[in-house]
Amino acid sequence: MTSSTERHLLSASMKMADLMNLNFNLLGVLTRMGLPFGFGEETVAETCGKHGIHAETFLLLCSVYAFDGYLPPKDLLLKADLRDIVKYLRLSHSYYMDVALKELAASLETLIEPCDARRRKIIWQFFAQYKDELSKHFEYEEKVVFPHVEAVLNHHAGREFSIGEYEENHSNVEEKLEDLKNLVMKYLPAECSQQLIYKALFYIFTLEIDLEKHTLIEDNILVPIVNRLESHE
Amino acid sequence: MSKKVLLVVPSTIIARGLEQIFNDLGEFEVSGILSDLSGSGETQVRTMDVDVIIVDPSVFDYASRPYVRNNLASLTSAAVLALESSPWDEESLKQYDGVISLYDAPTTVIRKVRSALEGHSENSRSEGEELSQREKEILICVAKGMLNKEIADLYNLSIYTVITHRKNITRKTGIKTVAGLTVYALLNNLIDINSVE
Repeated sequence: MTSSTERHLLSASMKMADLMNLNFNLLGVLTRMGLPFGFGEETVAETCGKHGIHAETFLLLCSVYAFDGYLPPKDLLLKADLRDIVKYLRLSHSYYMDVALKELAASLETLIEPCDARRRKIIWQFFAQYKDELSKHFEYEEKVVFPHVEAVLNHHAGREFSIGEYEENHSNVEEKLEDLKNLVMKYLPAECSQQLIYKALFYIFTLEIDLEKHTLIEDNILVPIVNRLESHE
Repeated sequence: MSKKVLLVVPSTIIARGLEQIFNDLGEFEVSGILSDLSGSGETQVRTMDVDVIIVDPSVFDYASRPYVRNNLASLTSAAVLALESSPWDEESLKQYDGVISLYDAPTTVIRKVRSALEGHSENSRSEGEELSQREKEILICVAKGMLNKEIADLYNLSIYTVITHRKNITRKTGIKTVAGLTVYALLNNLIDINSVE
């Protein structure tokens, strides 16, 4: 459980290096925000300032990754920069599709090479289905949800879509990844290499945790902020 | 070794009281107390290896109350008793392996937990974690894309029973989607790839 003191644990005056040492998942937030390494002894505020990122917003995203069960306090939501959040979400999508899934695909492909053709085929089909669903899910967010958020920001949002619908539509693509994890961990034939199973599982677990946090950012940060803006329209 | 009990009870006073009773009388020990099942609670139920769960039905919202037992069965194989902290309708209490009243004497509580555990193990524990023959048959149907109704008709079962089997299959294998179960069935040579195409 996250205590109330933990909530404000991250501050813009802390050193960027200390923040990153807190939890290695934060490295993903850093790079996807376009913040480069080599920050030396700079504080979070300094590095963010140099690159035009709102430090409090960056810390809000970091908190979701650093603390399990983190619920952003209202005052931080009020201060957050929605543009930076959308930017982060978009860049995360590209990262998942262009980097994370490609790594996983490559490791899966070598992993199942020794299997007979029909097994290879069915595992590969399953993975392709997952990839396809995930990409459709992202596409919907990029074509419908994010443009709506940007329209709300610019005060010309139409009435045909509201963020509440998005919440209802927020389908769970997690189940298939969890299935893949269990299939790889529990049921692959003995001819598969142990080392390659480990490697594939490492990619799956990492992606699973990352996507979980990504969903939390959408549900607990993006949706409430847009909701509030919509009701003020 | 004493059997492990998990309490899912919002009232600290009641939870501590139950814990004291189990402490005093031995045989059972409280290995965890949750005030509700939201968020990480579910994960804890799944990962904690307990023999008995005692749950106050008030932790569930009204709509989900009738299905609580089934939902818990997909998370754990422990016996589940209801703690009747306020009067609940009899129908919804039937799904539990036992019901404890706030006014039960300590020895009655122990007796009820013991008998719930016995009844429960006759029903489900004995079959272990491997898929049973019936579960395999149903898994094959699912992998072939059959609907619950069709499976029920084929084996002359109620839809409810088919759903219970499917939940147990998912609980044992950890695989939730139909596509995932198809891969499972194929990897375990339960089906031929031609039968799914």
